Amino acid sequence: MRKLVETEADRPFKSTGVGHSLQHESAIKHVTGRAQYIDDLPQSPQLLHVATGKSSQPYAKLTKVNLDAVRKAPGVVDVIVQQDIPGEVDVGPVYGGDPLLAGDTVIFVGQPIFAVAATSFEAAQRAVRLADIDYQPLSPVLTIDDALAAESFVLPPHQHLQGDPDQAIASAPHQIKGEIYVRGQEHFYLEGQISQAWPNEDGGIHVISSTQHPTEIQKLVAEVLDLPLHEVVAEVRRMGGGFGGKESQAAPLACMAALFAIRQQRPVRYRMPRQDDMVQTGKRHDFKNSWSAGFDDAGRLLGVDMLLAGKCGCSPDLSEGIVDRAMFHASNAYSFNSARVVGVRCKTNTVSNTAFRGFGGPKGMMAAETLMDDIARALAKDPLDVRLTNLYQPGQDMTPYGQQVTQHVLPDLMRKLADDADYRTRRASITEFNRSSQFVKKGLALTPVQFGISFTAKHLNQAGALLTIYTDGTMLISHGGTEMGQGLYTKIQQIVATAFDVPAAMVKVSSTRTDKVPNTSPTAASSGTDLNGMAALDACNQIKKRLAKFAAEHFNIADYELNYDKGYVHAGGNKLAFNEFVQLAYMNRISLAASGFYRTPKIHYDKATGSGQPFFYYANGAAAAEVSIDVLTGEYKVERIDILHDVGKSLNPAIDIGQIEGGFVQGMGWLTTEELLWDDNGHLMSNSPANYKIPTAFDVPYEFNVALYQQANQAETIHLSKAVGEPPLMLGIAVWSALRDAVASTTNYQHSPRLDTPATPERVFWALQDCAAFNRQQETP
Amino acid sequence: MALYVNDQAIDISQLPADTSLLQLLRQQQLTGTKEGCASGDCGACTVMVIDGCHKTPNVKAINSCICPVSSLQNQQVVTVEGLSQGPASELHPTQQAMVECHGSQCGFCTPGFVMSIAALKAKRPDLASAPLEQQRQAVLDAISGNLCRCTGYRPIVAAGCQSLEKPAQPFNFVHGNDSSAPCSSTTSVQKADQTYLQPNSEVALQQAMTNYPSARLIAGGTDLMLEVTQQFQPIEQLIDISQVAELTQTTFGDDTILIGAAVTYTELEQQFAELAPEFVALLHRLGSRQIRNRGTLGGNICNASPIADTPPVLLALNAQLHLVNAAGQRRQLPLSEFYLGYKQTAMAADEYLAAIEVRRAALNQPIRLYKVSKRYEDDISAVMAAFSLTPEGQLTIAFGGMAATPIRAVITEKSLQLGADGQFDPSMVTAATVTLANEFSPLSDVRASADYRTQVAANLLKKACLELCQPALAIGVFAHA
Repeated sequence: MRKLVETEADRPFKSTGVGHSLQHESAIKHVTGRAQYIDDLPQSPQLLHVATGKSSQPYAKLTKVNLDAVRKAPGVVDVIVQQDIPGEVDVGPVYGGDPLLAGDTVIFVGQPIFAVAATSFEAAQRAVRLADIDYQPLSPVLTIDDALAAESFVLPPHQHLQGDPDQAIASAPHQIKGEIYVRGQEHFYLEGQISQAWPNEDGGIHVISSTQHPTEIQKLVAEVLDLPLHEVVAEVRRMGGGFGGKESQAAPLACMAALFAIRQQRPVRYRMPRQDDMVQTGKRHDFKNSWSAGFDDAGRLLGVDMLLAGKCGCSPDLSEGIVDRAMFHASNAYSFNSARVVGVRCKTNTVSNTAFRGFGGPKGMMAAETLMDDIARALAKDPLDVRLTNLYQPGQDMTPYGQQVTQHVLPDLMRKLADDADYRTRRASITEFNRSSQFVKKGLALTPVQFGISFTAKHLNQAGALLTIYTDGTMLISHGGTEMGQGLYTKIQQIVATAFDVPAAMVKVSSTRTDKVPNTSPTAASSGTDLNGMAALDACNQIKKRLAKFAAEHFNIADYELNYDKGYVHAGGNKLAFNEFVQLAYMNRISLAASGFYRTPKIHYDKATGSGQPFFYYANGAAAAEVSIDVLTGEYKVERIDILHDVGKSLNPAIDIGQIEGGFVQGMGWLTTEELLWDDNGHLMSNSPANYKIPTAFDVPYEFNVALYQQANQAETIHLSKAVGEPPLMLGIAVWSALRDAVASTTNYQHSPRLDTPATPERVFWALQDCAAFNRQQETP
Repeated sequence: MALYVNDQAIDISQLPADTSLLQLLRQQQLTGTKEGCASGDCGACTVMVIDGCHKTPNVKAINSCICPVSSLQNQQVVTVEGLSQGPASELHPTQQAMVECHGSQCGFCTPGFVMSIAALKAKRPDLASAPLEQQRQAVLDAISGNLCRCTGYRPIVAAGCQSLEKPAQPFNFVHGNDSSAPCSSTTSVQKADQTYLQPNSEVALQQAMTNYPSARLIAGGTDLMLEVTQQFQPIEQLIDISQVAELTQTTFGDDTILIGAAVTYTELEQQFAELAPEFVALLHRLGSRQIRNRGTLGGNICNASPIADTPPVLLALNAQLHLVNAAGQRRQLPLSEFYLGYKQTAMAADEYLAAIEVRRAALNQPIRLYKVSKRYEDDISAVMAAFSLTPEGQLTIAFGGMAATPIRAVITEKSLQLGADGQFDPSMVTAATVTLANEFSPLSDVRASADYRTQVAANLLKKACLELCQPALAIGVFAHA
């Protein structure tokens, strides 16, 4: 027989497993430019490029679609319209409503009407501009208000009911009403949407996609092409950012590339230029939230009645879960005691909005946090005290959807952050500063986040992994999760390395492919590590069980006497290098591959009653923000940020801190400079990075203190860690609250000005005028 | 005709005139340089250019996505692949620091950040031993045009500072910065109906304009190239003025300063650091470092955007334009007479802007410049305001964002006069803000509403009247502009 690979018994051991700040598995490839994204794949002369012809109308009948000039344009190889789709036309992820190409009616500006495959990217882009299209305009619904008035919804309303809120509010010592318009957000992943497809010899297709959801790509490509699922392989190695924007929105590109690849029997790439990406793909929803609430003299809520209206756009997409999650998080970390929370899903003739980090949660939380500040100012209390009073804690631990909060992290975490950040002293000095400063006012806020972890669609809470150990002791792990920069692959690598106590370099994580691990869930809901990490661990444990049984027989020891230790195996009195032991197992015909599986226990939710235990546990955090504003212009500066965040027992502190900092800044951008605007004709005005402004390095304060609140998860998660992807985004609410605090200081904190988001300098300016009007009113006898 | 990429000569003579450097790099399978926006707004395409046509090689970071490849003839381009090309493919200190500081997450923006910081490191070896705060400010400036959506920047800034302290790794490129390279002759790309001319003197420029009357003039290309990359409209004939000797110089006379139209913002920052610190502070907020390394003052003026940053300043300084036509005839025109309407100027089709003349006396006057935008860095203004106080106690006031063109507030100016006590009378200022509100009818657009523009312009006037009379007073949250 062939000789097995040489073993190396005396390798120096450096632990790089769980708990260590191991560098991102692609870090060196990132910094050298060798990390390959889809557009970096070598271009064969055969490769075709796709572009789409777009609707210029928000809602209209198509009366003429003349594509003669498009077909004749230089480089054009193929042009398709809806009738050319062989299988299913609709690529909507859950409920449909998203035709790959429009039929006889267009329902939003930017909707693809036809598609072109050409020999170059530029040729395709130039060709689609030559179409001759006539429209018969219909009357569009463009805003939440219009949709509410017309009862134009993509799905029926849903409600959480706890106790008798009407009675509780009516009989409370104080009542308050409020409303806020919270605008959406463009994902602005740096790598735009892209997919490439290759036809294979069986009439099937291999699709590589920048997607968070390879299985859905596989399914939709199969449906569009009318193929069985086993003829389609979807693969993703890495994304240049996802943030939810590549959960459902990647699919049309993959389907289009696959469709042309089959028609032309050539490889096809579809990359959207940035402007197409901004106009044609969904974003975070706008929400209009309104409420009435009753509270006592201490500021404790007794009842809340809340309406959350999300702007879903032209189709349901993922809006069922998104508006649900806005409802789940409308109370954020606070006990409402009794509540009615109603979520409605407004249908508008705008691009269908989609998942975005937080998945509706941030929009709901904005209602709760606005309410906290308003109560504080109504009672002349420090908003922090009102927040602490209302926190879920023993005795007031029931959510409006019937889940009991059992691990009370925030009461201690928030007090600790307030101490660490010197909140009370700064509050006093800021109040003093504001008294004497005419043109500059300062603001301070400390806000919490309590984010439920689990997919609210129960069936998605499952994952698979495939672990292979080779005879040199190196391992290859495939799993259902995707890498978008969040460090999932690195954490999986560490989990597997730790299971066998070998260096992380022994473990390689392969690209995510539907032919390796099937039926995967999207990498979303912060669940990537929770689910796939557990599935990987299950695969490790299966092999370890076999190896223990083998060692017991081979060395005549008990199962438990087999131990993995720093690259070695102790079997009773025998010590072998890990790879020697692996070879021994191989020679004794022990299977060294395993398919792991995990499903989250305990969770359930009854949509009919609006109650259950949708979340396995909660991740928590809090941020303190200090800002300065210019009273004359509304310009502002974030002066200092302090964050304390709960990730359970951290799997990788460097990666977790990276998620916290990055999430916070993204949340801050959402609430400050990033302004999504449409004109009265349904055209997106903020359609390029020249007019849609995500934060730059300058916007991040020099004093930016981030710490982990290290406390093990009470739920049995992977190494008792907690999910970290989404929750930190909502820490950005502290900045918004601090801005509003600074504005309110101009009324000596007597008035809570309306400050819709994003709080651009202009909106801060108008909030200041709102305060000035309040002051004038107070002066008028 | 060639340029050098990581020391390899690449023939560009057969490329269309409007081919971008990014397109070329990616065609060459140098895919470490990314396209994030193709509009010079995100920095993912950042590369380093070593310009050998100057006495000391000039290292700068640029946006390759909007840089016509032909503008870099005989220059050396260093991409992220070229940084770690050493004998053992060792990581460049900046790359090493980015790994150590966990500066990458999705990694797509990372090569751009690496190049921006590596360019800073190459240009400013003195920062190695500078205080941390100075390093940090320099890093922030270097990455002002690089967007990251994952990290929140903190580890990237840390990596930048750490990188500056690491020992330098000299480039060993033999080509490109060779002084014998034919930098100083008129060169051209000419294939079929494609023309790219790069004249080196005004005479050659005039000849080129005569021969190609429908060619577009291009300097940094930071705006013009968007027609190609965003609208997908080819530009077949280009005359590049960036190597015209007379246009790339600033001449400091006793009474006047003549700024060549093709002088870049980065050069202006250096030339005017002492002479006009307020103007230089404003330039820090114009575009990004990459944009300022290519963009020119002449471009900002001729582009005639109503929201350009520098025209209000130059209007407040009563700048004069020197216009020259293809026949070599020269005329002077006050900037205040240059703008005729939205994107319309008094420049004839066969004319070019040669220089901008500013009087030293005007530069010596107290001045206040305010740029109001959604984001502090690399944003376009909602309102841009410039206030200059003459020795006679008159304010000259100019705005961007308040009308179809950059514009002087001539009516408001007349209503204000500095009092004998060296202060503006508060009631006079209040009246002037009302006058100002009536003088302009700005638009509502994606950047701001008309109401906000009107009220903020009035408040900026109020602010300027206070600050100009009390030099120590700085009202607001930002130290400058």
